[in-house]
Amino acid sequence: MSGPAPADAQVPAPLLEPPRRRHRLVRRFVRRRLAVLGLVLVGAFVTLALFSPLLGSATAQDFANVMVPPSWAHPLGTDDLGRSELARTATGARVSLLAGVLSTALALAMAIPIGLVAGYYRGWADAVVTRATDVMLAFPFLILAVGLAAILGASLRNVVLALGLSQLPGLVRVIRGEVLALREQDYVAAAVADGARDVSIMARFILPNAMSTLIVQATVAIPGAIIGEATLSFLGLGVQPPTPSWGTMLSAAQGFLDQAPWLAVFPGLAIALTTLGFNLLGDGLRDVLDPRSTR
Amino acid sequence: MSALLEVDGLGVTFTTEDGPVHAVNDVSLTIQRAQILAVVGESGCGKSVTAMSIPGLLPENAQVSGSIRLEGVELTRLGAGELRRLRGKQVSVVFQEPMTSLNPAFSVGYQIVEVLRQHERLGRRTAARRAVELLELVGIPAPSRRLREYPHQLSGGMRQRVMIAIAVACSPKLLIADEPTTALDVTIQAGILDVMRTLRAELGTAIMLITHDLGVVADIADRVVVMYAGRRVEQAGVDELFAQPQHPYTLGLLGAVPRLSVTSGARGRLTEIPGMVPSLHEDPDECSFAPRCPRAAADCRAHRPALRAVRDEHLAACFHPGPVRP
Amino acid sequence: MTSVPQVRSQAGPPVLDVTDLSVHFSAGGRLLGRGRDVVRAVDGVSLRIGQGEVLGLVGESGSGKSTVGRAVAGLLRPTSGSISLGGREITRLSRSQMRPLRRDVHIVFQDPYSSLNPRMSIGAIVAEPLRQHGVARGRERDRQVDSMLAKVGLRAQLRDRYPHELSGGQRQRVGLARALVLRPRLFVADEPVSALDVSVQAAILNLLTDLQEEMGFSCLFIGHDLSVVEFISDRIAVMYLGKIVEATTRLRLFEQPQHPYTQALFSAAPLPDPPLQRGRVRIVLSGDLPSPLDPPSGCSFHTRCPVAVERCRSDEPALTEVTGPGHAVACHLVDEHGPPDVAAAVAAGTAGTKEDRVHDQA
Repeated sequence: MSGPAPADAQVPAPLLEPPRRRHRLVRRFVRRRLAVLGLVLVGAFVTLALFSPLLGSATAQDFANVMVPPSWAHPLGTDDLGRSELARTATGARVSLLAGVLSTALALAMAIPIGLVAGYYRGWADAVVTRATDVMLAFPFLILAVGLAAILGASLRNVVLALGLSQLPGLVRVIRGEVLALREQDYVAAAVADGARDVSIMARFILPNAMSTLIVQATVAIPGAIIGEATLSFLGLGVQPPTPSWGTMLSAAQGFLDQAPWLAVFPGLAIALTTLGFNLLGDGLRDVLDPRSTR
Repeated sequence: MSALLEVDGLGVTFTTEDGPVHAVNDVSLTIQRAQILAVVGESGCGKSVTAMSIPGLLPENAQVSGSIRLEGVELTRLGAGELRRLRGKQVSVVFQEPMTSLNPAFSVGYQIVEVLRQHERLGRRTAARRAVELLELVGIPAPSRRLREYPHQLSGGMRQRVMIAIAVACSPKLLIADEPTTALDVTIQAGILDVMRTLRAELGTAIMLITHDLGVVADIADRVVVMYAGRRVEQAGVDELFAQPQHPYTLGLLGAVPRLSVTSGARGRLTEIPGMVPSLHEDPDECSFAPRCPRAAADCRAHRPALRAVRDEHLAACFHPGPVRP
Repeated sequence: MTSVPQVRSQAGPPVLDVTDLSVHFSAGGRLLGRGRDVVRAVDGVSLRIGQGEVLGLVGESGSGKSTVGRAVAGLLRPTSGSISLGGREITRLSRSQMRPLRRDVHIVFQDPYSSLNPRMSIGAIVAEPLRQHGVARGRERDRQVDSMLAKVGLRAQLRDRYPHELSGGQRQRVGLARALVLRPRLFVADEPVSALDVSVQAAILNLLTDLQEEMGFSCLFIGHDLSVVEFISDRIAVMYLGKIVEATTRLRLFEQPQHPYTQALFSAAPLPDPPLQRGRVRIVLSGDLPSPLDPPSGCSFHTRCPVAVERCRSDEPALTEVTGPGHAVACHLVDEHGPPDVAAAVAAGTAGTKEDRVHDQA
């Protein structure tokens, strides 16, 4: 067993006394312009969602100003009931982000223990989990979400539930794979040799080291959930009028594409930009947090 | 007769996120035909970078300065296409990890035959015959049967022999072997070292051997370059170097290896080299080894000692050379 | 093979007593097949380590030496045989029965990069065994951690650092500190210096020698480099293909290696002395290690042995003290007059080349 050779072939990275990790990560992140753009986009929509009440009511109707094109008084125009498109897009951001983040959080909360148990103990538990996720993954994400939402009934809560369950198999698979790799690390063997209990090994040795993968996975899962929410609402399976969501706004705009195209453009743009933002952010985080990427 | 390879004032700097890294500084060396030159040193000393700069196999963020001449042809000015033709035909490389260097999707024979057909323009039949000869040369039993096998069917030692066979398929003048036996067991290593001796004797191949193992150096090398922190610290013939080491770093390395013959009786102690390898970000005008050196004096910290002849055919970069163990 | 004669340790009652240990792994089933392929990683190994004694276990890849170490550290369950720690049999214990006994045996691994939890500070890593066994808490725990760090030659400031900020040698010192902080009776060192540069390796070997003398623990030192194992050990056992083929004191092994494999190991390790190295007759073994899935009949070394005779192919030699007490060897060719001179046989060219037979094994 001639051990691994002193790694000399690589660029002499081991020589560089690394500066504190966090600063280094921030620096590496900032150097990626697209990742920063993603962060800015996400930040902008979060701000928009938080301060949406300041932009006026999303439900107040004004029949004097119906389908007004964008102007100084109505920056994004108004819809067929004279409601402010700006206020509705901003309030829609609340619903979309909430649905995206909550459903992903719900999925993670279920996937982490399932993936941990399956990957750590292997055996029959793992076999059951693997088969079940395989079956669920046989259905495309949106089909699964639509089916679940149809069964559960239309409401924001059920949208979160449906999207969360639909994300579950993918996340379980990622976590299980990560746990399988981590449990072979020598420091886990050392902990076993110390007499550490399984729960302690999972909580203190495996989960913290799976964290960066989980953060990246979550960041990439959120935009999918946002699109999922828009789709469900568009189909009438999600948030119910008059509460605005980007999906219901798009759905309502269908009838007025000739007269008032802005009604479709702005929620569509909002969906596109948020999704893009999360994806850029996720890619950036993957580059920064993955220790294998050195440049 | 001029040397086969002449490296003169070679410098390699990597651009990294943390600033430039001066991996190799002012390295000059020559290799004669059929000579085995060992470049020895620890992780990060620049021995592999030096070697990989010859066939132009450095990553993109490397800047190379100085001159590398193979039979008088300047290699640093060659384009990508010319370098590619040079590799395999004139200079070839054997790496440490034989598992990752072979393509798992093709049989061993196919991989050797491909090289022969591409570089030597041999016909299929001639190439196949030559492939059998090559496997015989590197000591693989039942070669015609082995040709049909895939890399995963071979042991580590056999794979490394196949790698060497591929490397010498086009009779290169220079073989660069980068830690070729480090991943192998010691009984397998002995066989691989024998193969390299055979190559030199039968094909007249010159070998540049990159290693950290002083035993391997003693076993096979003609001349030795000792590197530390990107520079040469000592250079001599192999007998001279082991008998009369001059640089304190070389002395430290020799004392750090446990020896089968001297530790009988009471447990001995090994020589430690205190401290750590310096950062290669800066390049101050002092001896890089001074912070760890038992002989370091004021002059070592004031200037960098130049490599100079301290004995006949024996260079050392030290103000206070001498074979006495500190 | 049931009872294996073995070298008696010269240093009091055994801390570790391994008898006829076997560890077999199943290597996946055949398609539609009855039965699975079994890898005999360790096959009938017996060894004993006395109080304060360092036993070196040397062998090449596939010899099963690390598997012995992991079984002794309680990281895997043996297929058969027994392991006693301080007189207590551990192979049949449940995990909760095993837990208190884990204080007495600790292990250090080869790779200093994967053996420390990257998310824990150095202080937390070294404190972990104390925490797990509830040995000390609060300020007392900190004090013990600091004193252990000092023992392995690390500055106390490193306590708040993380593994990635340390060099390979420093990490291996942390590994030692973690393994020794509970003052175990037995310390298993699984190739602890193989991944390190020679100058760092020297420092760790010196440190290990000092710590062993100071703390008096017994040690199972596993390695592939004969010179490293020889440097640190009191006694050495040589493993080949899951079995011990020779075991004796360090000096005797060096002065009179008996098994042809041991002789080949010594011969293959190049000496850092060019004229001496040139003058040696090298025993170059032909072929590779046979697959442990399908070990050869008779003596497992016969496929590569330069002096093998007919009997070696059919009869498996037992590990016996042929030439006198304290030196056990498993070879038919060793008799009371001593071992076969493999180098002389190789030099005289009487050793047949075994390429055809070797080939069938690979």
